[in-house]
Amino acid sequence: MASSDMSSEPLLRATNVHKRFDSVEVLKGIDLDVAQGEVVAIIGSSGSGKTTMLRCINLLEEYDDGEIHIDGETIGYRIVGGVRKRLRESAIADQRARIGMVFQGFNLFPHMTAEQNVMLGLTKVQKMPKAEARDRAVHWLDRVGLAERREHYPYQLSGGQQQRVAIARAVAMDPRLVLFDEVTSALDPELVAEVLSVMKSLAESGMTMLVVSHEMLFVRDVATRVVFMDGGRIAAEGPPAEVMGNPSSERLRSFLGRFHGLFG
Amino acid sequence: MIDYQFNFDVIWRNWDNFLGALGMGLGLAAASLTLGAILGLGLAAARISGKRWLDRPVWLYVELVRNTPLLLLIFFVYFGLPEIGIYVLDKYHSFILTLTLYAAAYMCEVFRAGLTSIPNGYLEAGKAIGLRPAQRARYVMLPMMFRITLPAMSNNFISLFKDTSLAAAIAVPELTFTARQVNANTFRVVEAWLTASILYLAAAYLIAWALRRVERRYAMIR
Ligand SMILES: Nc1ncnc2c1ncn2[C@@H]1O[C@H](COP(=O)(O)OP(=O)(O)O)[C@@H](O)[C@H]1O
Ligand SMILES: [Mg+2]
Repeated sequence: MASSDMSSEPLLRATNVHKRFDSVEVLKGIDLDVAQGEVVAIIGSSGSGKTTMLRCINLLEEYDDGEIHIDGETIGYRIVGGVRKRLRESAIADQRARIGMVFQGFNLFPHMTAEQNVMLGLTKVQKMPKAEARDRAVHWLDRVGLAERREHYPYQLSGGQQQRVAIARAVAMDPRLVLFDEVTSALDPELVAEVLSVMKSLAESGMTMLVVSHEMLFVRDVATRVVFMDGGRIAAEGPPAEVMGNPSSERLRSFLGRFHGLFG
Repeated sequence: MIDYQFNFDVIWRNWDNFLGALGMGLGLAAASLTLGAILGLGLAAARISGKRWLDRPVWLYVELVRNTPLLLLIFFVYFGLPEIGIYVLDKYHSFILTLTLYAAAYMCEVFRAGLTSIPNGYLEAGKAIGLRPAQRARYVMLPMMFRITLPAMSNNFISLFKDTSLAAAIAVPELTFTARQVNANTFRVVEAWLTASILYLAAAYLIAWALRRVERRYAMIR
């Protein structure tokens, strides 16, 4: 891999990523590039490996084969004498700090206020002085429309508000790439829009995003590229209008057909 | 009994002794709980380490201690250790050591349960912002575990406080011992035991009340 020539590589490059749980192969050779500033949406039915792919990128799962590069650097492993060796936990933590992740279940630290949730990574990982970290936290909480809720604990916030805090927590770290895993799936329908609108504004500000979502209208409007995963492989890929407007396979057509009426 | 004449004068005359004895019991319990919690946390960490050579011995220790009567442990440490050449402890330190070892076994299980009950998503959120393992332990696991286990720790503290009565067996002048002395000296049997019981009850109740306030202060889901 031409990891020495960083300028030629996109921000994220995954090549031939394989992941197996016991005997079941869940990722069967994923090749995926994400360039700086792109918003790539991953769609596909449940169990097709979308979550697993994101988790491999953020090193929450160890991938078995292939390579994942961020800015040309192999993450999670180094090759010693032709053998893959998992990096030490501290090195992995440093690599993770460059990638943000927002989870379906929010996962805000329940014993911390919204502001403390956002500040934790800034003060402990980035070693930012408290006052500066607080300013940064307030700035991002303001960006997600929650400046006046910064002293609230997670249990005092609605699901949509918690998810917006979680987004602020991820992006405040100034990550190179932010991963979103079905971040509106656990929300009541009336709370989905507030989260999607925050994500849309982040996309418009130039943030590089890899978004797993079933919100097809959002995907069509916001994504620069759509990836359709099926059975652990990428089965189709291209601009939203192409992939969704003119499905290339029966599988994709039937998947999209479940979101009836949207692409008629 | 029917003719028993209550006379609480002896109690008032010995009131300072009773209060001192109560303070002694509370102090013994607090010291043992604190040291036991620290040791118990280390033991719990060993139990969830996933390393058999750490987990198994700690499991054995916990089972042994929890299935041995406390009084026997007290005698073993106080009378047994000098037999095998360890003379360093007076009765107070001997008792604190015993109660600490005893509390640690129970706290180990409380902490282990608390740690394993933390949903994995919080740890992954900590990983995702780049916290290192020690930082995840310090800023995510321990504070959550502390809050989850507070009610169990409160119960343990009250149990340990009541268990300090067993220190009477090695003549530590706590409440039970003091009550026995007062009734031996004055023959006011009922008054002495009644006073001790009421003091135990009042103290346990006050502790429970105070700890419930702490629990409410730190509850994560209200
Ligand atoms: N920790 C795990 N252990 C075993 N199997 C898993 C695990 N995580 C996911 N899987 C399996 O991997 C497949 C892909 O899961 P996932 O990546 O969550 O799909 P998606 O996010 O597209 O719904 C599913 O069949 C799932 O059951
Ligand atoms: Mg998923």
